[in-house]
Amino acid sequence: MAAFLAHELLTILPALWLAVAGMALLTAGVFISGNASHIVFWGAVASLVIAGILAIVSPVGEQPFNGLVSIDPFGRFMTVLVVAGAVLSLIMARGFMRRESMERFELPVLVVLATLGMYLMVQANDLMTLYVGLEMQSLALYVCAAFQQDKLRSTEAGLKYFVLGAVASGMLLYGCSLVYGFSGSTSFDGIVATLAAGDDSTGILVGAVFIAAGLAFKISAVPFHMWTPDVYEGAPTPVTAFFSAAPKVAAMALLVRVLIDPFAALVDHWQQIIFLLAVGSMALGALGAIGQRNIKRLMAYSSIGHAGFALVGLAAGSEAGVHGVAVYLAIYLVMGLGTWGCILAMRRDGTMVEEIDDLAGLSRSQPALALALAVFMFSMAGIPPLAGFFGKFYVFLAAIDAGLYTLTVIGVLMSVVGAFYYIRIVKLMYFDDPADAFDRPAGRDLVPVIAVTAVVTVGFFLFPDPLLDSARYAAATLVAGVSP
Amino acid sequence: MAVGLEHYLALAAVLFTLGILGIFLNRKNVIIILMSVELMLLAVNINLVAFSAELGDLVGQVFAMFVLTVAAAEAAIGLAILVVFFRNRSSIAVEDISTMKG
Repeated sequence: MAAFLAHELLTILPALWLAVAGMALLTAGVFISGNASHIVFWGAVASLVIAGILAIVSPVGEQPFNGLVSIDPFGRFMTVLVVAGAVLSLIMARGFMRRESMERFELPVLVVLATLGMYLMVQANDLMTLYVGLEMQSLALYVCAAFQQDKLRSTEAGLKYFVLGAVASGMLLYGCSLVYGFSGSTSFDGIVATLAAGDDSTGILVGAVFIAAGLAFKISAVPFHMWTPDVYEGAPTPVTAFFSAAPKVAAMALLVRVLIDPFAALVDHWQQIIFLLAVGSMALGALGAIGQRNIKRLMAYSSIGHAGFALVGLAAGSEAGVHGVAVYLAIYLVMGLGTWGCILAMRRDGTMVEEIDDLAGLSRSQPALALALAVFMFSMAGIPPLAGFFGKFYVFLAAIDAGLYTLTVIGVLMSVVGAFYYIRIVKLMYFDDPADAFDRPAGRDLVPVIAVTAVVTVGFFLFPDPLLDSARYAAATLVAGVSP
Repeated sequence: MAVGLEHYLALAAVLFTLGILGIFLNRKNVIIILMSVELMLLAVNINLVAFSAELGDLVGQVFAMFVLTVAAAEAAIGLAILVVFFRNRSSIAVEDISTMKG
């Protein structure tokens, strides 16, 4: 029995490590006299890196704790993405926190705990794990959004995020209760078995719709996107970078897992819902961003649009579709974090500036930064051979294979509309009269992140195989574990 | 008339709808929103416990315990955020949460 338990505990070692590390860092932050934020900060970065390594080396293919979690290649792939997003945004947060005199040790601890929640989300194999993981993540993120507690905009962002997030959690939970009641089980395998038995599935379908609505909120898909621009604008910029990277990936992974695994038999029903979410998100992401003056709001609409493109892959409902989503999320994570690094470098006389017009003529004052931002903008617009093109390519390919021609055509059109505002930023940087120069240097913490993400974005087409293969493996195991 | 599963489900559905309406129709006070959120979560608990009794399966009650715990944590964090917001804005009226628009 003891050996059995020890074996089960070993399979979720990354989660245990993150939980212990989070509590240890919190204790250290409280008890170390003087300014503990430096130690806690690097401790958090190290803990996250170790958790990522543990997730990579620990064995997959097990469902410990009576199937509460499923340690599989799909979960491992998404865990690595989430941890990478958390580490990179933490590194970028360091200088920002020092300059804004919000250098407190709680932020890294919250990021560690949120990552723990995301680990549970992407590996969930039971409605209870799903809910607890999601809440663990969300509760930490609400606090992160309100972290600049003396700034009105930050606290307002936290409050809005909290209220709308709580509504979404409530809807998700109501869906969970209906699914439990009508299938008689909270475990994904049990739900599959009930659906396969061919019982009347209307109650389960209603529950599944509620769950999908709650998760659509977390990935900010239209019509559950209304919090995104305000929260992205109000939250401290590195926290926004974190929001747009890790939680988005985790929530999208969870949505994919829920729809492809327990509700696979309802594919004809949820396909229509995902279709509408995808079309709405792509359209609003492209059209809503056009009138924006604030770069953080613009990025919020951009992230809504990207959620729509990723949903195109999910709408296909096939193995190729899941593969497309996984590739899209990985690429979006990289270019998104790079863009946020550039936004964090927008400082004048020590204060952050956020207007798009502030970027005017950047190519003359800071050619390297302008070049990096131009790369990210072209990549987001989906211009080959940059990485963003391949992300879109694989989701659209999957959609065409699944016969979703209308969706693909709409997606490509919206991609063209979206290119307008991305390329407008490039035009502003290269052809407009220069605004005042930004502070230099950009920061020791920003330059490596921007450089690495830019190199990956540009060089992806030379070495696409590691990512494509691991995404294909992840998708194959997820789909194979389910389909009859 | 015996009280059956459908009565519990109807009650939970009514409470859940009241919670949603309380959030979206209320224009006065953020505290009322927090109360409405609790109402939604407790409606779900009624659902879970009723299903658990009907199915003769304990998992639903375990789930309800998790929901109670998370609801408590959620209320604590919501009130904490509300307090820091109040310090900056000196108001918790819903119409005053409007610095950012567009």
